[in-house]
Amino acid sequence: MYEIDPARADLVREFEANPNGPYSPELTLVVNRLRLMPIEDRHVLVCTRQGREWAMVRMPARGGAPIEPGDAPRFHDAEEAARAVFRARWKTVTGQDPEFQQAKG
Amino acid sequence: MKKVIGYCDDWSAVAGGKIDFKVSTYGPERFEAQLVRVICGDAHPDHGIFKEEEIEAPFNGTHDGWTQPVNAGSRAVVPASPVLAGLESFTVQAWVFATTPGRGEQGIVTQWQENPARGFALMLDKDGAAMLRVGDGAGQVAEVSTGLPLAARRWYLLTASHDAQSGQITIRQTPGPTALEKFSSGEATATGAFSAADAPLHFAAFPASAGDGHDRHFNGRIDRPRLSKVVQSAAESSAIGAHTDPAQDHDDVVAAWDFSQAIGTQEIRDTGPNALHGRTENLPSRGCKGHNWTGQEQNFAHAPQEYGAIHFHEDDLHDAGWQTSFSYAIPSTLRSGVYAVRLRAGEDQSYITFFVRPAKGQPTEKLAFLASTVTYMAYANYQWHQHQHFAEVTEDFWTVLQPVDVFMQKHPEFGLSTYDTHFDGSGVRFSSRLRPIFNAAPGTPYWSFNADTHILGWLDSQGIAYDVITDEDLHREGAAALAPYRAVLTGAHPEYYTTPMMEGLHEYIAGAGRLIYLGGNGFIWRCAMSEAAPGVIELRRAEDGIRYRDEEPGEYYLELTGEYGGLWRRLGLPPQALVGVGTVAVGFDVSGHYLRTPQGDDPRAAFIFEGIGRDEIIGDFGYLGGGASGSEIDAVDPLLGTPTHALVVASSVGHSPNTLLCPDEIGFTNNVMDGVQNPKVRADMTFFETPGGGAVFSVGSIAWAGSLPHEGYDNNISRLTGNVLRRFLDETPFEMPVSS
Repeated sequence: MYEIDPARADLVREFEANPNGPYSPELTLVVNRLRLMPIEDRHVLVCTRQGREWAMVRMPARGGAPIEPGDAPRFHDAEEAARAVFRARWKTVTGQDPEFQQAKG
Repeated sequence: MKKVIGYCDDWSAVAGGKIDFKVSTYGPERFEAQLVRVICGDAHPDHGIFKEEEIEAPFNGTHDGWTQPVNAGSRAVVPASPVLAGLESFTVQAWVFATTPGRGEQGIVTQWQENPARGFALMLDKDGAAMLRVGDGAGQVAEVSTGLPLAARRWYLLTASHDAQSGQITIRQTPGPTALEKFSSGEATATGAFSAADAPLHFAAFPASAGDGHDRHFNGRIDRPRLSKVVQSAAESSAIGAHTDPAQDHDDVVAAWDFSQAIGTQEIRDTGPNALHGRTENLPSRGCKGHNWTGQEQNFAHAPQEYGAIHFHEDDLHDAGWQTSFSYAIPSTLRSGVYAVRLRAGEDQSYITFFVRPAKGQPTEKLAFLASTVTYMAYANYQWHQHQHFAEVTEDFWTVLQPVDVFMQKHPEFGLSTYDTHFDGSGVRFSSRLRPIFNAAPGTPYWSFNADTHILGWLDSQGIAYDVITDEDLHREGAAALAPYRAVLTGAHPEYYTTPMMEGLHEYIAGAGRLIYLGGNGFIWRCAMSEAAPGVIELRRAEDGIRYRDEEPGEYYLELTGEYGGLWRRLGLPPQALVGVGTVAVGFDVSGHYLRTPQGDDPRAAFIFEGIGRDEIIGDFGYLGGGASGSEIDAVDPLLGTPTHALVVASSVGHSPNTLLCPDEIGFTNNVMDGVQNPKVRADMTFFETPGGGAVFSVGSIAWAGSLPHEGYDNNISRLTGNVLRRFLDETPFEMPVSS
């Protein structure tokens, strides 16, 4: 199974520049890896106003805790919301903050 | 969070008839109701095409609201009986296949009353071990557990007894025969006082410990439950458990239920002397393999003795059974169409969608829109994006939940779609419309119902009048439901078809009918409906196809009809033989567009392209992936029955690497299954005439409908669709080409 190299700040930058894709072959592997993390604890979006506002939450277990978008971070741009999910999952999967990698890159 | 939701008792109402609406509120004590005609349900603020028309109705206005309960979870119930109330010594036994042992207490066979506790309960304890609980009605409750949690998804014979003479209670669990595994047998005894309850007997649940309803539902299968009025030895219970007919040759039997009888109904039958028959509730799955399934037979009708199990689920739901909040006597003057009751409470808003058809045999227009209500049911309250590990990589998205998804996470009692799995991992086979359905409404994502409102909005924009006929009408009446119409227009995704629907549509086309298949992935799965289970579809996803779950091997036959389930391409009427095209690929990121083919230059097809340039790109725009050919796309296949004279007048290009051949198109995986490399990944726009003067036009793409509204409905997808529709509504018969 593909594992993300947390040092690849170039892939973070590529996603940040074009969150809707299409992605390079290696960024495709990264995106797929982030989309294959366990559902529980995935960062996902809740559309709180159609086409206008999204909140980022972590998925609880099925049948578990309710989803609470109340105090969750809000985004008013779909691409910015996708970037936030990417960054959050990158940190979950690699254990490292992508902002840090961006600064290094 | 949702504050007001509801449903109605009929999805195919008739002008002049009556429909009941059932509403529940969560907090507010009042709600507003308003009847609307649904014209376009796309509420994206950048699209600017949402359109509904408020309609006068007596119920418009403020109503009292209250929270209505949902008694979800399947079970079977035997009415209270003097025979049961007179029990003293007893043995209760059943073969049990637990799918979630350890998920709290679960009732298997319970005859129980609370306050004071009385009766018996053969059950799983909180750790998943077999347990007997007895109550004497005088404050004493005794329990005895094996202390050995059952292995999940393995058969055990569970036996529990009470000896009225000694007061001894016994629980025993014995694993079924296994060659390569070893599971623990267990037996435990204790002393306990028992007094029979004068109460119904339940399978797979307890009566609720507080209030009405039920709780502690069992997930898994129960086979051959039996009750006797003596204490049986382990050997006796094992011998009885192995017997094909557990009621035979025993004078002491009180009841021996045979769940292989009356499959396809909601009845359960007792083969013992007391006729303690009962009924299932919330549609547990039947026609299920029992503990003794050999694999020699795949059809429950051929070997019922091996299909004696019922699979119960804590999250099954058939009819929510709510009280009616208000009714609507539909005026005979109300136009046929798609309608909804718009509910508002505080900041929240919901819709209850329903369909109004003309009186039977009395069309009011030349065109019928065939609303895919069976498919809407199949997708009702889908939650795969929340539960399926591979959903994001399958559909190439980051999960975006809607407010109703947040609501359903907190309220799983509203049930699932046929795309989901139950909490225990087994596939959902039933979906009902007799419950709030959150995604068959205006303002929801562009899939199934709401994608079809792009077509309704287009019809409105073009000033084209139409009647609405639903799938359920087609199922009940066959071709007669469509025969009065010069042309029939489908929705974007008419995926699920019962046999009567398929035969009815085929008969309509084979006559003088004209069908415009304005979608993709249509006419794919055989499903079933039955008067024995009103408001419900059943599905068995046999073999392969686009699906999020495998069907249980050995259970490919639909219990409601006894038919073999699965894809119509293998069941005698492939979609290619009906409408010329069938599904070849799916991809949800980027849609393609169409280019005219040499066959499109045939004079027979000239009417299709009037006003469209020979080399004009067709449909490189739209709300689903930015193109008219996408999501799920269909192509011709002569081997599967595309008529020999069919013209492929245009085909699509521009598909993405994430648009992949569907499973039923793949014999052997390879590395050219994608839309960039594989020539089979395309939608074929197809036209053919029929001998009766009718014709069929197919676009073969779900995304087509999402392109209609582009630039104020003024675009070449709109123009082409209009060209076809006008010709199909023209009385002039189509002429069949001369066959070579």
